[in-house]
Amino acid sequence: MIETIVNRLLLSIPVLLGVLILGFVLVQVAPGDPARVLAGPMAPPEVVATIRERMGLDDPIVVQFMRYMGRLMQGDLGRSLISNKTVISELGAAIGPTVELMFACLIWSIPAGIAMGTLAAVWRGSLVDRVIMAFSVAGVSLPIFFICLVLIQYLGVKWQLLPFIGRGGPLWTVDGLRHIALPALSLGLIFIGPVARMTRSSVLEVLRLDHVRTARAKGLSERAVILRHGLRNALIPVITLIGLQAGYLLGGAVVTETIFSYPGIGRLAVGAILSADFPLTQGAILVLALAFILINMIVDILYALLDPRVQKK
Amino acid sequence: MAAPLLSVEDLRVEFGVDRNVFPAVDGVSFAVDRGATLGIVGESGCGKSVTSLAIMRLVSVPPGRYAGGAIRFDGQDLLRLPESRMRALRGGRMGMIFQEPMTSLNPVYTCGDQIVESLKVHSDLSARAARDRAIELLDLVRLPSPAKRVDDYPHQLSGGQRQRVMIALALANDPDLLIADEPTTALDVTIQAQILELMKDLQDRTGTAILLITHDLGVVAETCDEVVVMYAGTVVEQAPTAALFGDPQHPYTVGLMAAVPRIDVAADRLATIEGSVPPPWQVLAGCRFASRCPLADDRCRNEPPPLRAIAPAHRVACWHAPIDGAAA
Ligand SMILES: Nc1ncnc2c1ncn2[C@@H]1O[C@H](COP(=O)(O)OP(=O)(O)O)[C@@H](O)[C@H]1O
Ligand code: SF4
Ligand SMILES: [Mg+2]
Repeated sequence: MIETIVNRLLLSIPVLLGVLILGFVLVQVAPGDPARVLAGPMAPPEVVATIRERMGLDDPIVVQFMRYMGRLMQGDLGRSLISNKTVISELGAAIGPTVELMFACLIWSIPAGIAMGTLAAVWRGSLVDRVIMAFSVAGVSLPIFFICLVLIQYLGVKWQLLPFIGRGGPLWTVDGLRHIALPALSLGLIFIGPVARMTRSSVLEVLRLDHVRTARAKGLSERAVILRHGLRNALIPVITLIGLQAGYLLGGAVVTETIFSYPGIGRLAVGAILSADFPLTQGAILVLALAFILINMIVDILYALLDPRVQKK
Repeated sequence: MAAPLLSVEDLRVEFGVDRNVFPAVDGVSFAVDRGATLGIVGESGCGKSVTSLAIMRLVSVPPGRYAGGAIRFDGQDLLRLPESRMRALRGGRMGMIFQEPMTSLNPVYTCGDQIVESLKVHSDLSARAARDRAIELLDLVRLPSPAKRVDDYPHQLSGGQRQRVMIALALANDPDLLIADEPTTALDVTIQAQILELMKDLQDRTGTAILLITHDLGVVAETCDEVVVMYAGTVVEQAPTAALFGDPQHPYTVGLMAAVPRIDVAADRLATIEGSVPPPWQVLAGCRFASRCPLADDRCRNEPPPLRAIAPAHRVACWHAPIDGAAA
């Protein structure tokens, strides 16, 4: 188990390095001059030139990257060009809300997706199966912003059931829960589809296996056969899928946070990009990449826990 | 004479839907006495597994369908039993071992847990007592260091060891009937012999009846009291083991016997009969063996031969039985 984690950490180093390089290059080639942003639109060209020089923006790109990496190693991500606060403190304030949103999204959508997929598999070909599958196809194919807007239109505006702007406070407060409900619902809806579909096909596949027949031959109830010998084994590929969907989920979070003005990393990243605030953009990209790696690591650990054949190699 | 423990009467099991329905088992009858061993032999595809699954009522419906006959176990007709009572019998008074030891155990639970699960369904043993009983069972099937192996996952065991675990599982609740569907087919020859010996030995100790399904006449000769020969979903010959080997009557059985000594081609011993089993969806007017039978004539091809007794306890479905000169 420890070995799995260590391996995983080692493997994530090149990924992280790649993300850093990519993030750096993207910000370089993007339109907008950081010195101009810092100096303000009215500043005379000489001032901008001075700032460029002081920031080392005229140095070769490799030198700039090395300098950036050097500072990164010391935990210095620079300062936001807009707010002049450190990038670390900006990110720090946004991470909590995003983690809360992810949690609120996954805590209901994973169990719901697994339950729906299992029901669809057990009642394959029935009306229940068809309704569930239609629902998940819709979830997969509708763009997330559309789902957000529909939910806002009905639950937020028309029926005024839930707030849809900003964050109400920590998750454990009533206001916090009320504010996170719509974003978590929207984000979860796009996640249920793939989970339900994967669970359905995985359960169907497992229920055909020999060991399920053995379970029946033991005299277990159909329910025990499906849950203990079908679903339990079927979860192994489902967990893998959830890991693969992590990027999709993070992308969805960026859109969701932006639409709901929810103060998380995703909205921060969009704001930073739109205002050419490149230290903050790089910081946000770094955090999203770390989140991706972390989710996949958790998935690997769960995988090893679920499948004894992985642990005891 | 006491009523048999199990009697299968004119069983018919069909597969398919609408116009594509075909019988995989077509009018099969036999009986197993308490403590006895009955063998069912026949080439692959002739309906042995479907018959054995039907006794456990584990044929999946659909695509399967119990289309006729009765399966009496200790007097009650299993095909008409409510599902809850059937469940109590499965793994309780009837245990089953399957052909594929590599895949018949669930890879995500330990061997011990899988045995304990069966114990708990059929008794109210405490967790502690169930575990002790699981270790005892693993010891009974002669798995080395059972107290340690009980916590092993199936992938940590060899094929032969897994089959031992399967036997322990099937015997967990002291069944009256053990159904073994090709229990040694997937194992190599030395392990096959060990497993068969183990089953015989356990039978002597526990008095359980065994329904042994195999395509291997050699296995039958060593272990069974009586033999049913199946061909294309029907019983073609049935006799006590000695009578069958001493005086085989059906041309198919004779063909099987001719194939037996060829142990070097163990996997397909029976393939030495020319041709292959007609698929169950092929409609045939007469004897299903006619296309491969050296004695086939017009009557054979047009009228199906009924199963009839040619000696007490020896039944054959062939127009030409008793075969002249075939008797020893
Ligand atoms: N689930 C199923 N669906 C359709 N046909 C089946 C099914 N199970 C068995 N059959 C058919 O029944 C026939 C007998 O199969 P089986 O009992 O497995 O033979 P064997 O004697 O080798 O054990 C085969 O022709 C097979 O095609
Ligand atoms: S009935 Fe005819 S075809 Fe069938 S086994 Fe006997 S001799 Fe052969
Ligand atoms: Mg078979």
